[in-house]
Amino acid sequence: MSKRVVGPEIERLIQLMAKLPGLGPRSARRAALHLIKRREQLFTPLTKAMGDVLESVVVCGTCSNVDTCDPCTICADATRDAAMICVVEEVGDLWALERAGAIKGRYHVLGGTLSALDGIGPDDLNIAGLIERSSASEVEEVVLAVNATVDGQTTAHYITDRLEGQDVKVSRLAHGVPVGGELDYLDEGTLAAAVKARRPF
Amino acid sequence: MDWSEDGIVVSVRPHGESSAVVELFTRTQGRHLGLVRGGRSKRMRPLLQPGNSVHATWRARLAEHLGQYTLEPAELRAAALMDDPTRLAALTTLMSHVQLVAEREAHERLHDALLIVLGALNEDDNWAPLMVRWELGLLEELGFGLDLAACAATGTREDLHFVSPKSGRAVSAAAAAPYKERLFELPAFLRGLPLPPPGPDAVQAGFALTGFFLERHVFAPRAMAPPEARDRLIRRLARL
Repeated sequence: MSKRVVGPEIERLIQLMAKLPGLGPRSARRAALHLIKRREQLFTPLTKAMGDVLESVVVCGTCSNVDTCDPCTICADATRDAAMICVVEEVGDLWALERAGAIKGRYHVLGGTLSALDGIGPDDLNIAGLIERSSASEVEEVVLAVNATVDGQTTAHYITDRLEGQDVKVSRLAHGVPVGGELDYLDEGTLAAAVKARRPF
Repeated sequence: MDWSEDGIVVSVRPHGESSAVVELFTRTQGRHLGLVRGGRSKRMRPLLQPGNSVHATWRARLAEHLGQYTLEPAELRAAALMDDPTRLAALTTLMSHVQLVAEREAHERLHDALLIVLGALNEDDNWAPLMVRWELGLLEELGFGLDLAACAATGTREDLHFVSPKSGRAVSAAAAAPYKERLFELPAFLRGLPLPPPGPDAVQAGFALTGFFLERHVFAPRAMAPPEARDRLIRRLARL
């Protein structure tokens, strides 16, 4: 049994930090020590920031993004193109697309994908909200930015079916060779998809 | 303990931040799980899609342990099916069905037939009747096989056009005449006759037959709902 070197409060802090993605017990210990060493510059503002976010974080009633206001910053932004809704699986995907700056429209977060194996059906996802939003007259295009996985594409096809009859264009992200990708290292499935989706050049 | 064999990826569950618990369906080891270190990496994700075939090596200290897989690609089918909603629904249904067999129990015929159906899904337009046949095979492997060789009433092996929902046995047209509304249609392609490819109605009749017995013998006793993907598949096939 290892000897305790710090009090239970610090030990608890380390244990909680070790639950964060990217941190194991050793790196959590280092991070905790770093915070303790820089109490004024880092620990206090971090604690306050975490408390503030905890107090104010909400799920956007329109798109299911997480933010500190409802509607979220993106939904409330009048400069965004209301004609386009980009559908993503998780908030992390929304943030990734925003980093790329490629989507000028608004988003809709599904909260996962359909999965027969995990028993996740359409009622477990935020699909009904999307159908309702896309029926608005200003919406012209729904972009399905779901993962290129069996579950992701199953969800995309399901949404396409549900949108049938609505006056919106449905598109999806391209599948194929990533920037910087070398053909020799790509898997056969990706290569086949890339060849299938080739376009005039 | 170790073994090496080709397997079909059935499901993948994240384990920790970088690993995954992968479920394979192999010929002699059956449905078998194992840990894949780095299974959530960029390199492994395309490989670990349901329906793909992999060369697998499984190692563990004891046979009852979860063990670790080392996987190499063998045949990557999933990506080619992603554009086609009907085939994708078929793939999802097949993988859900595989989970009905007991873990670590060999089902060699079912495995071999699954490879044929998956191959047809990728290359052949006539995959749906094969899938119906595979569902019949699944029922048989689970111990609920239908007897479609002879008429339950007369014993004749000719003119079999119906299946009794009570006994799961074939019924000839003559014997079925008084109460054929209560029987399932037995499509010609399930009678083992060398016929041209069956039409959509025959395929629908086949799925209705297997669906009924799967529900009664497999899903209902386990308090499970049939896979939603199967309903979606049948609806899509009806629209084609």
